[in-house]
Amino acid sequence: MTSTTLSHDVHPVHFDAYGKKLGMWIFLFTEVLLFGGLFLVYAAYRFLNHDAFHEGSAELNVVVGAINTVVLLTSSLTVAMSITALQRGDSKRAINLIMWTLILAGTFMFNKYYEWYTKWEHGLFPGMDHYKELPAGKAQFFNLYFFMTGLHAIHIIIGSILLMVIAFYIKKGTINQQRYTYLENGGLYWHLVDVIWIYLFPLFYLII
Amino acid sequence: MSDTQNTHVTGYRFSILIWVDLLILTLLTIEVAQFDFQSLTVIVALVIATIKSYLVGTHFMHLKFENKFLKAVVIGVGVLFLAVLIVLFSDYLFY
Repeated sequence: MTSTTLSHDVHPVHFDAYGKKLGMWIFLFTEVLLFGGLFLVYAAYRFLNHDAFHEGSAELNVVVGAINTVVLLTSSLTVAMSITALQRGDSKRAINLIMWTLILAGTFMFNKYYEWYTKWEHGLFPGMDHYKELPAGKAQFFNLYFFMTGLHAIHIIIGSILLMVIAFYIKKGTINQQRYTYLENGGLYWHLVDVIWIYLFPLFYLII
Repeated sequence: MSDTQNTHVTGYRFSILIWVDLLILTLLTIEVAQFDFQSLTVIVALVIATIKSYLVGTHFMHLKFENKFLKAVVIGVGVLFLAVLIVLFSDYLFY
């Protein structure tokens, strides 16, 4: 046990851990349905433009996609471990593990930047001349690719900011061994973003 | 009082084990994608992705130790999505 258990917080403050977590899950369901709708659009267009999607997919870099999958899975591990650390009262290790998660998130974003920049250099970016000349089916593939991976990347940025704030409050002691629900909720968000990538990776990079 | 949090703590070693499983499944998806199973290719990729999501959900997201209501709603959202997908394709496949 660490000093956090000796806190002099004697006035009873109601802390509804279950309510907070349930609220987070309900929010996650709206996220699932947001991406779910996009996956439905993907499914329909892929069904109508099978060959074009095949060609489009072949132009994506599988190696970068695979590296990013490993990076994101590892970041999920570090978040899960930081919750364990805080539950065991080791807030220093919890913060360290969140820092590792942020480094991995940065790696993911760098790879994403590299991928998009390569497409940009080839004129394959929404609004560019070469992009406008793409045949309809392939254009649909790349529109969905940029929109869905872009929306996912925005989620990575939001998740990183959330985890930064959480790390700050762990350092302050507001989030601690007794009250770690905010860290759990931050973790839930991060894992959901990971789950979305688990589907994005095979559907965009691997369809053969 | 719901002041008390659930007491189950996932061990570091167990989390690492789940992570290793996830990496193996990622390798498997990439390997399997090299073969052409025709229309089954997507199904195989989605089945592996769903197994991975299941592992993340049950262990990293701690669903295994949540109450029945929460589990039921998660399954419900999954079923809802699947139902919409089936309705969508019942339209496209026969038009």
